[in-house]
Amino acid sequence: MADLEIRDLRVSVEGREILKGVSLDVSKGEVHAVMGPNGSGKSTLSQTLLGHPGYKVEGGRVRFKGQDILELTPDARSRLGLFLALQYPIVVPGITMNNFLRTALNAHRGYDGKDKSKSVSPKEFRTLVEPYLETLRIDRTFLSRYINEGFSGGEKKRAEILQMAVLQPEMAVLDETDSGLDIDSIKYVSEAINKMRGPELGVLMITHYTRILQFIKPDYVHVMVAGQVVESGGAEVADRLEREGYAQWGEEVA
Amino acid sequence: MAVVPKINVGDDYREKYGFFDPEKFTFKAKRGLTPEVVKEISWMKSEPEWMTKFRLRSLEIFRKKPMPNWGADLSHIDFENIFYFLRASEKPGKTWDEVPADVKRTFDRLGIPEAERKFLAGVSAQYESEVVYHSLHKELSDKGVIFLDTDSGLREHPELFKEYFGTVIPPADNKFSALNSAVWSGGSFIYVPKGVRVDIPLQAYFRINAENMGQFERTLIICDEGSFVHYIEGCTAPMYTTDSLHSAVVEIIVKKGARCRYTTIQNWSTNVYNLVTKRAVAYADATMEWVDGNLGSQVTMKYPSVYMMEPGAKGDVLSVAFAGKGQHQDAGAKMVHVAPNTTSTITSKSISKAGGRTTYRGLVKVYPQAENCKSFVKCDALLLDAESRSDTYPYNEVEAENVTLGHEATVSKVSDEQLFYLMSRGIPLAEAETMIVNGFIEPFTKELPLEYAVELNRLIQLEMEGSVG
Repeated sequence: MADLEIRDLRVSVEGREILKGVSLDVSKGEVHAVMGPNGSGKSTLSQTLLGHPGYKVEGGRVRFKGQDILELTPDARSRLGLFLALQYPIVVPGITMNNFLRTALNAHRGYDGKDKSKSVSPKEFRTLVEPYLETLRIDRTFLSRYINEGFSGGEKKRAEILQMAVLQPEMAVLDETDSGLDIDSIKYVSEAINKMRGPELGVLMITHYTRILQFIKPDYVHVMVAGQVVESGGAEVADRLEREGYAQWGEEVA
Repeated sequence: MAVVPKINVGDDYREKYGFFDPEKFTFKAKRGLTPEVVKEISWMKSEPEWMTKFRLRSLEIFRKKPMPNWGADLSHIDFENIFYFLRASEKPGKTWDEVPADVKRTFDRLGIPEAERKFLAGVSAQYESEVVYHSLHKELSDKGVIFLDTDSGLREHPELFKEYFGTVIPPADNKFSALNSAVWSGGSFIYVPKGVRVDIPLQAYFRINAENMGQFERTLIICDEGSFVHYIEGCTAPMYTTDSLHSAVVEIIVKKGARCRYTTIQNWSTNVYNLVTKRAVAYADATMEWVDGNLGSQVTMKYPSVYMMEPGAKGDVLSVAFAGKGQHQDAGAKMVHVAPNTTSTITSKSISKAGGRTTYRGLVKVYPQAENCKSFVKCDALLLDAESRSDTYPYNEVEAENVTLGHEATVSKVSDEQLFYLMSRGIPLAEAETMIVNGFIEPFTKELPLEYAVELNRLIQLEMEGSVG
């Protein structure tokens, strides 16, 4: 049984059905790429996995570590070990990155403001953050800035990966982390993700382009078109996609 | 995920902030307001005759003035059911040792940390109606800085006091300034001599602790030429079942080239009518900054103002209001440009929750001779649910040429996107909401000394607790 089981997932947004029965299995230690053209439902899949309130599950189920997660709130899913790197990270004024990261980490540790032994110490926090600040080429002053406020596109995406590094999820959904990134940022981001790769981490990497796959080698590649997975295979699927584009499946599904 | 937070600020006030000490008073005035009560107050304080007369004249004005019919609903105030004067001990203590034990206990509960105390230049604490403890750091008195409770100020510096008292806010200014002028008691009296900078904020903690008791403190601050002072008042009050009235008057004179910052965090219990008149006059190149946070009370009406009398004067108001269930925060600012080349800024942040109501009410007035003035007003309102309400009433009266006037107003809700983002990192809904609210008022919080910033964030957290998504 896979760690993350998506079965016949159907999701609508504002009354329109976007996912039309998606099934995927992702286990820890594996990297899956989900590729698809714009409007295929890739982002709907990622947002639904974390429980965004704007996405309505019409049918199917999602199990993570054997637990049905569709009834869980986003924070509970996160604490269970799911992570989502957003395609468009949100600006939250007045909250520093430092405060955000520490609060999130404390929430994962079950710290409710009372039992100090559960809260992350400044020293431990530094140990966690610093190596990734370096890998992601993020300046330390970044931590005292407000969440995504005034960040460039690349900084926002790198900040998402920094959050992932701090929270150490078991299953990370990366929603078009490569889009809008210059080549240097792609390298830094890939380097950080590759550093985290291992038997304890599963990755569901959602992307439009094959470019990032040169840096992060997927074990499996799925092609999603019009709300359905139309093909699954190994890295060779991406190669074919690179040569022939999405049109072959587009016609098929339409 | 519909976010409909529920909060009942007040019901558990006793547990949250409340602390009750048995009432022990050396003197307790009768309820209600008569010339006899006013005379008795003045007599008890052994005041000079001019002050007794001033009080009696103010009482007359108070009686003649109609209740303000704009702003918040004040119809439930029963002036006949209020104590107009109380005092907890015979006279203000000079040292910490002389302070009564129960008063000290109150301070402990207010959580003034030991480490902080040594940084305090002077602690002026208004307990009941009169200042009972006042310490003045030697360093300050060596510089000639006067920091006393207002009653002592009148006794010890009668000439200086008389020269400025009532000059910025005359009794006839409004009904509540008249009331305060008639029955005032306590408050702070500060004088900073020419060129003296007071680097450590002067702080006063005070609270109401008697049922049905009014609090009418009176503060007078004089910043002489080129001086600087930062005065901080913060207070929490326990909950009572009947209406309480807090009606203060704060007068500030900022002379040429001087700067004064006045920081308030008020957290009255939710049965208090908080009706405060605060005004400063700023002379050439002087700067007046009001930093004003209003969390508690049933009704607040407060519009700190700056009269810019001479060229180069600057006025700044930065305020935050939080209205929970049954609360109405009607607050704002008044900037009066009397002289040319004067500048003012108003930044108002308000949060409404669980049916609470916030109102921004502001006036920017520019007199004909006040050319080349600049004024910028920014009001941001955050609504936490659909039952809550926020209104903005910005008034501009501009009679001069070449005036730059800016106004920006936003009303927003805690966005689902922001909540989802924080929650997707494991942060529970209530905490995520609190973070967003604290982030919203961060421009205010960052102007506070650290311990106040921490306290404010904690208060917001307490106000936000119990919210359910």
